[in-house]
Amino acid sequence: MAIRQRQQVLQLWLAEGALDTKVVAWAFYDGCGGDGPELPREKPPYSTGVDALLDGWCLLQAPQPPPHLRPGMEHETGGLQHQYVFERRIEQDV
Amino acid sequence: MPAADHRLTTLEVARFVAEGYLRFDALVPREVNEGVIDELKRLTKVKFSQAVLVPPKVEIEGQPASGTPLSRCYPAPSVLGEVLRLPEVLGIIASLVGEDPLFDHDFVHVVPRRGGGLQHLHVDALVDTSAPAFDIQLFYFPVDVPENGGGTRFVPGSHLKRVRAEHVAAYEHIVGEQYFSGPAGTVMVFHQGLWHAGQPNGSDRERWMYKIRLNPRASQVRLWNTDDLADVQNDSSDHCFATMRFDSVAQVLRQMQPWQNGHEARADLVQRVRLWRYLSGDDRFDADYYLTRLEQRAALLDGEG
Repeated sequence: MAIRQRQQVLQLWLAEGALDTKVVAWAFYDGCGGDGPELPREKPPYSTGVDALLDGWCLLQAPQPPPHLRPGMEHETGGLQHQYVFERRIEQDV
Repeated sequence: MPAADHRLTTLEVARFVAEGYLRFDALVPREVNEGVIDELKRLTKVKFSQAVLVPPKVEIEGQPASGTPLSRCYPAPSVLGEVLRLPEVLGIIASLVGEDPLFDHDFVHVVPRRGGGLQHLHVDALVDTSAPAFDIQLFYFPVDVPENGGGTRFVPGSHLKRVRAEHVAAYEHIVGEQYFSGPAGTVMVFHQGLWHAGQPNGSDRERWMYKIRLNPRASQVRLWNTDDLADVQNDSSDHCFATMRFDSVAQVLRQMQPWQNGHEARADLVQRVRLWRYLSGDDRFDADYYLTRLEQRAALLDGEG
């Protein structure tokens, strides 16, 4: 029996630019096609980004600091600012 | 809506500015809701054909073109026109985009029982500018929508963030998002920028929703019932880190959603203040002093201080 690896990806948007701040939005993509460990869908899977680390998720990407603010644009707001991307590798029997 | 002409109050409009929507349960009478479905079925055929660029096989008499004044849309005996000309509905519309705004477009969203797909979050414009003038969209639900019945998902407070329509699809869930459920005849009015998405229907009841977008054609300043405006319009010193009122417009605008936290929420508050300045015609209005202190410093540099 062979073993294969599949990736699960978790995107967390945090309240501020620190990993221990509150989760305000999330998205989960499952490369296991539902055969791997699941996450709750209707409530935040973790309270903070650090809680995801404690549960075994590995940080892939942290947000970049915003560019210098242009005059007149100091208060403009857009999408959620603090996106952290995590992964975990799941081993499956083939 | 205590006014005789059903216009909104100042604090209702302030809540619209803060949350990007207002909800009016069972506003449309039952007999009208029951009568409108056949008309919506015909309109659905037209809209779905046009959406795939195919000439429709059905014609709707009086179907409005973009830019038509609302008063000329769906003339009698149209039941849909009756909905749009209910005094309660006209009062909401007039309070936000003025009397007789322009028809932009409309659509009928039907989700079959035990069917329908999960739509990503989106906004209905490609991208909006930072100008404060806005369109509204009415969401009219002519039949009961139970929980898990395909009610529209939306994110209160998201309307003033400038995003491209497809950008917000990344957010699978946001803390504080809502899923509409409610009685037949409910009307929701959305600011054009509110993030929303269609949902699958897990119920045994077909889900119907009629959506219409309306453009103002005049200034949107103080269109609502302003009888209470002088009482609740605070001055620029209303500041939660100094002295504050708890009955003012500023206090309504300060109410943030569960996903609006920390320092980012302060930028969201500034956006609300800017919109309230436009709507109230008061360019000195402020909440928590964010704009006032900047303007005072700018005046010093300009030699006005």
